[in-house]
Amino acid sequence: MLAQYLFFFLSFVAVFSALMVIIDKNPVHSVLYLIITFFAIAGHFFLLNAQFLGAVHIIVYAGAIMVLFLYVIMMLNLNKEIEPHKKNIPKVIAVISAGLLMICLVAVLIGAERTMLPAARDSNIGLVENLGKVLFREYMLPFEISSVLFLAAMVGAVMLGKKEIH
Amino acid sequence: MKDVLIGIPIQWYIYLSVTIFSIGVLGVLFRRNAIIIFMCIEMMLNAVNLLMVAFSRYLGDTGGQVFVFFVMVVAAAEVAIGLAILMMIFRNTRSTDIDTLNKLKW
Repeated sequence: MLAQYLFFFLSFVAVFSALMVIIDKNPVHSVLYLIITFFAIAGHFFLLNAQFLGAVHIIVYAGAIMVLFLYVIMMLNLNKEIEPHKKNIPKVIAVISAGLLMICLVAVLIGAERTMLPAARDSNIGLVENLGKVLFREYMLPFEISSVLFLAAMVGAVMLGKKEIH
Repeated sequence: MKDVLIGIPIQWYIYLSVTIFSIGVLGVLFRRNAIIIFMCIEMMLNAVNLLMVAFSRYLGDTGGQVFVFFVMVVAAAEVAIGLAILMMIFRNTRSTDIDTLNKLKW
């Protein structure tokens, strides 16, 4: 029962702040609402007993990525409403298409009601020990390759951020 | 923590993920600010991550959570590159409005 209340609370927070991200005109407020969304999703991870991913989610998303967003907004000085008023037709079309997408996905997934999965016996798969064993045994090569990806991203970001020489 | 999931069917997680994903799609289509569009892409990635963790938990398979880990890795790299590109766009056009980037428009 408590789990259900927690689920509904976290879901409400996540959906509400996700909506506020796209409604709010101020980019700084959008970033702050997105942080709330990420914390709610991290709460869902903890609810699913995926403790390692919950902690990593908070550290990587709320700690690193959102700080990067805030830095860029600060450097570009976008902390005010700069979006000029646009015509309403594209917005109406956007709302209709996103609504249609959601209806399609829900319609597809309603058919999956019968194939409901039973709760797994082993609830400890999300702990650091089990996840680390799988990560360093079966997924060793992807793990190492992702470090190359990070190196490439680092070099690319530095190259892109450099001042152009005329 | 063993019987926590008894009261929560996987359908609830599916609907929650679909909702957050659709809000992300709506934001990409709705807003004209490149930074907001970028944040909405992050939101969509998160919705998929949540669904993968839920399925991995319900199936009792660790593979899903490892893939969520790799999605986070790719998302972090993507944000670093994307924001650098955004800075360059701002340096050239003095705005982050995507309507100014219409050179490839037919």
